[in-house]
Amino acid sequence: MAVARRSIVTKTVGHTMAHDSAALHVQGSAAYIDDMREPEGLLHVYPGFAKDGALGNIKALDLSAVQSAPGVIAVLTARDVPGLNDCAPVFGGDPILADGRIMFHGQVIFAVIAGTREAARRAARLAKIEIAAETPAVTVEDALAAKTNDVGEPYQFLRRDPSKAIAAAKHSISESFRIGGQEHFYLEGQVSLAVPEEHGAVTVHCSTQHPSEVQHLVAHMLHIPAALVTVECRRMGGAFGGKESQAAQWACLSALAARLTGRPAKCRLDRDEDMMLTGKRHDFRVDYRAGFDAKGRVTAVDVDFLARCGYSADLSNAICDRTMFHADNAYFFPAARIATRRLRTDTVSNTAFRGFGGPQGMLFAERLMEAIAIRTGQDPLDVRKANLYGVKGSVTPYGMRVEDNIAPGIIAQLEKSSSYRARRKAIAAFNAKSPVLKKGLSLTPVKFGISFTLTHLNQAGALVHVYTDGSVHLNHGGTEMGQGLYTKVAQVVAEEFGIAASNVRITATTTGKVPNTSATAASSGADLNGMAAKAAASTIKNRLIDFAAKQWKAPKSRIRFEDGRVLIGNRAMPFGELARQAHVARISLSSTGYYATPKISWDRSKAKGRPFFYFAYGAACSEVTIDTLTGEMAVERVDILHDAGRSLNPGLDIGQVEGGFVQGMGWLTTEELVFDAQGRLRTHAPSTYKIPCASDVPADFRVKLFESKGNKEDTIYRSKAVGEPPLMLGISVWTAIFDAVASLKPGVIPQLDAPATPEAILRAVKGMRT
Amino acid sequence: MTTRASIRFLRNGQIVELTHVPPMRTVLDYLRLEEGSRGAKEGCNEGDCGACTVALGSLKNGKLVYEPVNACILLVGQLDGKELVTVDDLADAGTLHPVQQALVDTHGSQCGFCTPGFVMSLFTLYQQGGAPTRDEITTHIAGNLCRCTGYRPIIEAAQACCTGKAADRWAKGAKEAMRQLAGLEDGKDVFVGSAEGFIARPAQAATLARLAAGNPDATIVSGATDVGLWITKQMRVLPKIILTGGVKDLHAVESGNDRVTLGAAATYAEATAALSSIDADVAEVLRRLGSAQVRASGTVGGNIANGSPIGDTPPMLIALGATLTLRHGDSERSMALEDFFIAYGRQDRKPGELVWRIDVPKLKANEAFRAYKISKRFDQDISAVMAGFKFTLDGRTILSARIAFGGMAATPKRGALTEAALQGVFLDQSATWDAAIAALANDFQPISDMRASAAYRIEVAQGLLRKALMELAGAAGTRVLAHRKAVA
Repeated sequence: MAVARRSIVTKTVGHTMAHDSAALHVQGSAAYIDDMREPEGLLHVYPGFAKDGALGNIKALDLSAVQSAPGVIAVLTARDVPGLNDCAPVFGGDPILADGRIMFHGQVIFAVIAGTREAARRAARLAKIEIAAETPAVTVEDALAAKTNDVGEPYQFLRRDPSKAIAAAKHSISESFRIGGQEHFYLEGQVSLAVPEEHGAVTVHCSTQHPSEVQHLVAHMLHIPAALVTVECRRMGGAFGGKESQAAQWACLSALAARLTGRPAKCRLDRDEDMMLTGKRHDFRVDYRAGFDAKGRVTAVDVDFLARCGYSADLSNAICDRTMFHADNAYFFPAARIATRRLRTDTVSNTAFRGFGGPQGMLFAERLMEAIAIRTGQDPLDVRKANLYGVKGSVTPYGMRVEDNIAPGIIAQLEKSSSYRARRKAIAAFNAKSPVLKKGLSLTPVKFGISFTLTHLNQAGALVHVYTDGSVHLNHGGTEMGQGLYTKVAQVVAEEFGIAASNVRITATTTGKVPNTSATAASSGADLNGMAAKAAASTIKNRLIDFAAKQWKAPKSRIRFEDGRVLIGNRAMPFGELARQAHVARISLSSTGYYATPKISWDRSKAKGRPFFYFAYGAACSEVTIDTLTGEMAVERVDILHDAGRSLNPGLDIGQVEGGFVQGMGWLTTEELVFDAQGRLRTHAPSTYKIPCASDVPADFRVKLFESKGNKEDTIYRSKAVGEPPLMLGISVWTAIFDAVASLKPGVIPQLDAPATPEAILRAVKGMRT
Repeated sequence: MTTRASIRFLRNGQIVELTHVPPMRTVLDYLRLEEGSRGAKEGCNEGDCGACTVALGSLKNGKLVYEPVNACILLVGQLDGKELVTVDDLADAGTLHPVQQALVDTHGSQCGFCTPGFVMSLFTLYQQGGAPTRDEITTHIAGNLCRCTGYRPIIEAAQACCTGKAADRWAKGAKEAMRQLAGLEDGKDVFVGSAEGFIARPAQAATLARLAAGNPDATIVSGATDVGLWITKQMRVLPKIILTGGVKDLHAVESGNDRVTLGAAATYAEATAALSSIDADVAEVLRRLGSAQVRASGTVGGNIANGSPIGDTPPMLIALGATLTLRHGDSERSMALEDFFIAYGRQDRKPGELVWRIDVPKLKANEAFRAYKISKRFDQDISAVMAGFKFTLDGRTILSARIAFGGMAATPKRGALTEAALQGVFLDQSATWDAAIAALANDFQPISDMRASAAYRIEVAQGLLRKALMELAGAAGTRVLAHRKAVA
């Protein structure tokens, strides 16, 4: 199906096509790194850490039993690192192998190299390590009490004087709540395979969203030029932000082992270690005050987001910035102070996760809308509508004008299609008669800024070759983690050449073909790489047009590429034939392509500018039932309307919307990370950490893409980024639970934290009854 | 010769015979590292994510049945006498199997890493030959986690391909497979290894009992859904492994007039129909217990034998008044099930003694039963609290009750004070319930852990008893999962 009202007729772009690897996925023959045939002499690396202790100096490190264990070739410690012992993405501070001190439970102190993975795993448990244990700061409160050094400077957006405005407001709220973190639970765990090459070079096959960063970190660690390191990734078995900075350590360990032994070396984490040793979504405590009028219109907001960042900065600063960028969601705050603390805790360093801090900011905004509605006695949807951008103002707290606001239209359409008002009445009637079960309903919008907020990251490169038989080789800097990026970019290239997408050979992302790439993150993959690939293909196409015009004396306006053929005046020939003839005429059939996002600028020091090229929108309406005796909850129905601009591939985009929604729902309901007082993660396996399973998805699940003329900005075929925004549609489930609890006592704001586990729900229910 | 020193199974129409089998070797490692088949993936290495799902074909009551199992925690020895089907086998000379094609058509894969497991779970559903409902489908794939799609397209794929009688290569070759599987049933006691290190899978009950008694240091394994994790996660060394699954009699499930009798090696899947006939709540707990993969491997006997305080079946069985029979060599002894659980990690089982049989009384006309499982996620989660209640009624008055909980103490445990306080309670006077509900806090002192706090456990236990009494009193609309609708 093509999206209706298309003004440009496209043959490939805009049409649903299966994921390029779908047939391989279902046969189990899509090769992930651990499926690659092992190079001869392969060794295995496994990290080792202290069983006890989260923080403190390493008093004693006895590795003799490890060294003498069966199958062990060598044991690596910090002393073996020839170059920089740090795999941090930006600010430093993430040792590849801890040197003298550990800063969280599970921090890697050594790594075993053995002939088999099992031997390496077994040996890694034999170390005798003594930590001069200090009391770790585990929670936000611990960090505040211990006055740990923040991992980054506090930062805020300030508009007018919110304190004054709150004091002057007719109504005000002051409360505090918690937002939990989230484990990525990509199905394929972290894995890297390093192969030593001549002249001290190394090729690393790494499951990563950021091959260029892994390349640089490996080079720094080995103290060799980046040109001697090649990092390659054909596909990941899921990533969700968890393989942006978190893939590097295992790549470094395998590269180090390869360098020291001269043999290929693979490092693949077992699930439990993967969950203990790699970072997660940031959890927060949110303290806020807000003022509003009798009609529920916000007059001022004063909010502090206290982020639990873990032991190092990693990407926490950019993540907390994005929390602030989305603390308004789709709503205009006339006066605002939006502030974050980036608290250091002695736990694993929290990291990127789909939405990158934005979901936490947005959850605050939606809780605020629910809370205001309870106070004013309005329907929460009416409060939301009264506060949308465009009603009273259109400039965000960071000074960017919202120029593409389609939230009101999406909300109106979904309100109607979900029968929101009728169901609201039916639910009130149900709740009045039902003593144990209570229902809740909520319709929440999403407005998500698209672009890396670090402006220079908004660039991409691609490489396209046309062979003399007309087949096309495509490469670009984006990575494939399941989102269908490779398929979409192939559609773009096929469209340019007027050939079938099946004639475009998609190849593994590698630093050797397209250098200096940004992470495939911030939902930017198709926007950036699609444009870069289009530029590359277009360069070749223009050369072919010039050649054909000259060769067959046709006006350029009469040369068209379609259906695998090239029409040159009255002549037609297969695309491959033109390529062959162009080659004979010594025309280059290869080109790079490059793209840099226009219009954006951001002055962080002044907190002003246009950090985002555009916004992606969506809305979801969820209905839930809770059990007030147990706290159990079921999602009964979900309606979603999501804006993908003019979708490049509706089939894939629907997949992103549904998958993102379910992941967001999981974050706010069943997925609970539990750390004990010693700083140890207690939920480090799927037996204890519960992501949604099939029955958690409601049978009544109505998902549609919002039909429009497309992106107001000139993006690739007027499409919009769709990777992250749908995750925040899941917020509607949490606010629906909030609504169900609120039904117990009109006028009282439930004390519900996220995730809304049965225990959290029952606690909130109990709070309403006392 | 009554002994065989090899493991034999059917694979792609050929008999594979392995004479060197490291006892702890898992099927997933066998496939990926020895056979070189890379289709099944390792996602969690603990039988929870289902990425490694493979299908096992076996003869059950004269029928060829394919069941999904987690290869990561299945021992190679458990393959004996079975047919092993993996995702690598399904496509036929480039033509995708119907379940594979359906998943492609519905965009059922994104990153693709979980997909081989889903393919194999759906393959086993396809072989069942019906047109399952959406609920049956989600129950069947509860043991397969997908982090990308949100499941909707996978459920649609199942609906698209599971529409009736199976018509694939396996359906067409069923006769031949059955002949080959029957041929593998030689009635021999399998023993691979030496006295110091072995994997044994006796076919004769007497051999099993003798072997266990003679090797009190051996690890007795039924489904390996728990012991598998000792190997893959705790990395314990288990040199001697005795599998119970080879003894046909131990799989026996009998449903009589007044009781259900289970052999200790009966899998959950094998026991489900009979146990479910006791009460709809038993059926619902069994539906939510583990996953299709776990229920195809795991056993009620194993759930009891390992003494876990959070096992799902013991609280129900204790409330129902089940009796446990143990066997050591040639001698048997029986006890009330609750008496088997002495303390955390300690059961009344001597080394070399085997859990042998479980007798579960059916409900009498004046008895009512309720069971509730509380967990963070409904399907395939370990209980925070598991409750089993049996009430004996005289009209609207409770004469006596058996109240048992999991997750509330170091063992599955009855609540004596609560039971006493329930005597004489009137269903129609909710004020008479309060003393019994309050007594739960004196019967149980649960702990806080990653599944729930102590306070929540007490509170939810009390909520569940109240709920049960409300239901007995006639209240409707008491459950989020409204399965009772169907049977009310």
